[in-house]
Amino acid sequence: MSLDQNEISKLARLARINVADSETEELSQRIGDILDMVDVMQAVDTSNVVAMANPHDAVQRLRADEVSETNQREHFQAIAPQTEDGLYLVPQVIE
Amino acid sequence: MPNHTVADILRGLEAKTFSSEEITQQYLDAIVAHDPRYNSYITVTADAALAQARAADQARQKGNGGLLCGVPIAHKDIFCTEGVRTSCASQMLDNFIAPYNATIVSKMAQAGTVTLGKTNMDEFAMGSSNETSFYGKVHNPWNTDCVPGGSSGGSAAAIAAGLAPAATGTDTGGSIRQPAALCGLTGIKPTYGRVSRYGMIAFASSLDQAGPMAKTAEDNALLLQAMAGFDPLDSTSMQLAVPDFVGNLNKDLKGLKIGVPKEYFSEGLDPAIGAAVEAALDEYRKLGAEIKAISLPHTHLAVPCYYIIAPAEASANLSRFDGVRYGFRCENPKDLDDLYTRTRAEGFGAEVKRRILIGTYALSSGFYDAYYRKAQQIRRLIKQDFDAAFKEVDMIAGPTTPNPAFALGEKVSDPLTMYLEDIYTIAVNLAGLPAISLPVGFTQGKPIGLQLIGRDFDEASLLAAAHQYQQRSDWHRQAAPGSV
Amino acid sequence: MEWEVVIGLEVHVQLNTKTKIFSGSSTAFGAAPNTQASAVDLALPGTLPVLNEQALKKAILFGLAIDADICMASVFDRKNYFYPDLPKGYQTTQMDFPIVGPGIVTINLADGSSRDIRVHHAHLEEDAGKSLHEDYHGMTGIDLNRAGTPLIEIVSEPDMRSAEEAVAYLRKIHSIVTYLDISDGDLSQGSLRCDANVSVRPKGQAEYGTRAEIKNINSFRFVERAIKVEVQRQIELIEDGGKVKQETRLYDSDKNETRAMRSKEEANDYRYFPCPDLLPVVIEQSLVDQLKTTMPELPDAKRQRFEQAYGLSSYNAALLTTERATADYFEAAADTAGDAKLAANWVNGELSAALNRDGLSIAHSPVSASQLGGLIQRIVDNTISGKIAKQVFEALWNGEGDSADAIIDSKGLKQVSDTGALGAMVDDVLAANPDQVEQFRGADEGKRKKMLGFFVGQIMKASKGQANPGVINKLLNEKLGS
Repeated sequence: MSLDQNEISKLARLARINVADSETEELSQRIGDILDMVDVMQAVDTSNVVAMANPHDAVQRLRADEVSETNQREHFQAIAPQTEDGLYLVPQVIE
Repeated sequence: MPNHTVADILRGLEAKTFSSEEITQQYLDAIVAHDPRYNSYITVTADAALAQARAADQARQKGNGGLLCGVPIAHKDIFCTEGVRTSCASQMLDNFIAPYNATIVSKMAQAGTVTLGKTNMDEFAMGSSNETSFYGKVHNPWNTDCVPGGSSGGSAAAIAAGLAPAATGTDTGGSIRQPAALCGLTGIKPTYGRVSRYGMIAFASSLDQAGPMAKTAEDNALLLQAMAGFDPLDSTSMQLAVPDFVGNLNKDLKGLKIGVPKEYFSEGLDPAIGAAVEAALDEYRKLGAEIKAISLPHTHLAVPCYYIIAPAEASANLSRFDGVRYGFRCENPKDLDDLYTRTRAEGFGAEVKRRILIGTYALSSGFYDAYYRKAQQIRRLIKQDFDAAFKEVDMIAGPTTPNPAFALGEKVSDPLTMYLEDIYTIAVNLAGLPAISLPVGFTQGKPIGLQLIGRDFDEASLLAAAHQYQQRSDWHRQAAPGSV
Repeated sequence: MEWEVVIGLEVHVQLNTKTKIFSGSSTAFGAAPNTQASAVDLALPGTLPVLNEQALKKAILFGLAIDADICMASVFDRKNYFYPDLPKGYQTTQMDFPIVGPGIVTINLADGSSRDIRVHHAHLEEDAGKSLHEDYHGMTGIDLNRAGTPLIEIVSEPDMRSAEEAVAYLRKIHSIVTYLDISDGDLSQGSLRCDANVSVRPKGQAEYGTRAEIKNINSFRFVERAIKVEVQRQIELIEDGGKVKQETRLYDSDKNETRAMRSKEEANDYRYFPCPDLLPVVIEQSLVDQLKTTMPELPDAKRQRFEQAYGLSSYNAALLTTERATADYFEAAADTAGDAKLAANWVNGELSAALNRDGLSIAHSPVSASQLGGLIQRIVDNTISGKIAKQVFEALWNGEGDSADAIIDSKGLKQVSDTGALGAMVDDVLAANPDQVEQFRGADEGKRKKMLGFFVGQIMKASKGQANPGVINKLLNEKLGS
């Protein structure tokens, strides 16, 4: 099984990863190989098996509603690609 | 210093044979002199290490040092270390100076460890050979033409080469145990939830677990003692008391039931490894353990299941790397879309991008049930195999890997065969269980690892079993040819 | 052709917790950009979420208020999409197992009728940050203070049939969440925002028409206008032979029109899956029971009680109970006044008009409930007339005194009931108007009644409104010999 160019483009689009045309074929082959490899799962009857999302049957712990964080803007923005007036800057967003 | 263990260093510090500053300086010198051969470190924090060492020496003098006061270690470059680059071996984070400490980094510091630096790894921990690092591949000290294993390959190579007595690692599908096996070390993946994940850069959140790597089980016990424990910042961290791992090391193994799954000795296993594992099991018989044949019938589904769940979780975990708040941003983005797609295309390496795309596929509309949900159901079947087995036995034993260290470049072009190197380790992550790998022999000069898998939160028994084997063997005391 | 309008609303309510849903950052409004964005909110690598207990409790309270099933094991999912105000590249929300299951919201319409609107579910999720489109050299600024603020998203069934019903529904949601004190309900700060799914179909047709989703409407007035203009657009489009496209639209209040959003054009695939960093939220029945005991009286129950206990008209009771602050104000005023009906008239009349005039909310009323109650008390005990009371109210409003009594005293507004003083006044008026007195005496019973009003008016004028009308009537009747 291999994915066609359209499918690769769609995935690349969803993942926001630019994929050059020259890379498509190899990617398609490699992803196809993995899909072939995992295909063995389809033969297993799992109709009565409850999906398992986490290793333990543990439950969510709750945090008290108390402020524990202080302003660290300068510290955090020291590693930002581009900021101004305390804002992170990105190319213009069009709604 | 040659072949020092953490326990040796602690004894030396206690006896004032050397100071922390002296031993730290020795390791730093050794790194400068020898690491170019292995490439095991991404960042060496010499000045900070010496400052920490001096502080540790003072603390020890005052008698208020922690459990590991003055012991130099290395951190895998997946753990955030405040003020120090934390790259995850990716160009994406090449410029990322972490603004906070991972919980495990803080806990190790509280215990008094000195951080020599940050070790190399597969990019975002995605790999079994340490060949996907942005900072270049890592060489196995036992045979520098071979891989050290991955993803904690830098930590493993550093210890095997004598460039650190111990290091932290992370294990999502075998990333502590497999490099430990390939480099002749002992490494434990604790039970999921035993060690905090806060500040550890996520690969696959429901599988990731941090743990120690060192030469001996005793060292592993010492390190795990310091890093384990409940963390309120991690919702998946378990609120359980941490047992006395060190105090338990000599717990009697008489009557211990060890299960040996027939599926772990199938075709694909190097016969020399099979033989070494059998020999190790004989030693356990001598220690009073009872060896039983068992079956884990869904073993063949572990790798397929993992290669859906891990990439699916990763595809979302790695979405935060978008060039907006930190890390790499592409040059002159012409619009927002360009910012995203080029930052991520240029910042991530090929294997990471492949896994993100696979994960995206597995979660996408129309494929979710066939891939993601199916994999989660298979995951339960795999867990149930272990549940059933642990009704019969106390521990499960088998090879850690089917083959010894393979040649650098050998499997790069064939990821599928590389994935199969994790065939014995992956199921353990899917089930969340603790497992340890310890050296039990050599083949063609390359180390062989035995894997022991325990019940949930029973790391103490694994460490005890490994320790007592090491009391009657010296595989773990062998030094790699060029090591310091 | 006759068209039927079909509307479903998705209402986002910010919960008034002190901290964010998954981090310990403050949620206080109005802080400088990114000063309330912690490591978790910024999605720094390695950070993890832990659920805020109060956010969960407040969501459960909402569920109880709309008589919904509470999900005893709800699950957080990741909704994946890229946007600069979404730091993780996914929103943590709830998809398959939301905390609140199906429920009912009863809306009250202008004609006094009410209708049940079904709620499909309500789930907990995190808010995104804000994109500031002011020009930063052709770039957009991102403020993540709001990122991670807890929201409940309340999703209705497509049960509403007019813009008015949609507004009534939104008002009711506003009422419920402010009664429960789970949200400040401040629309101007975005505490309540709404997406409207709007479609039209020929009357009688069973299947729904294609719907358009109008995003992010943030006032009651705009909800009504946006829906009306969108309905108009759809009907005209269809009648001109066109087809409604399923799309996301924005309401432009300046132009009073909706337009398709450019950024949302591509079909999205959100790839929901359970968030592995959070575990199932398992609730004990005891928590639900305990929360039930803390439930305040809700608008519908309060309205019924006001009608029954105070004998208020359903119109007055509805007005008073829309907002909890109004209802509380009324009850306090009525308690002091000793006359609930009169208090209701004053709150819905004079007070509400003054608040509207000055653009104030009842919480910021310059006249407190006890001050108004004290004023009404003086009407009830005949110290002042209703007319004088309005003067006293204005004086209280302008801060001319601490209480009605103080103002009545200082301004000398006390009603005159003294028969001697009023008797002299009556005599003066009668003496000054001999013709009218003559006419009165010659008139029949019916006309006399009308003419009496003339004399009362003259006397009130002479007394500057302070004469007790009852006493004057009595005196006039005596003196005119009728």
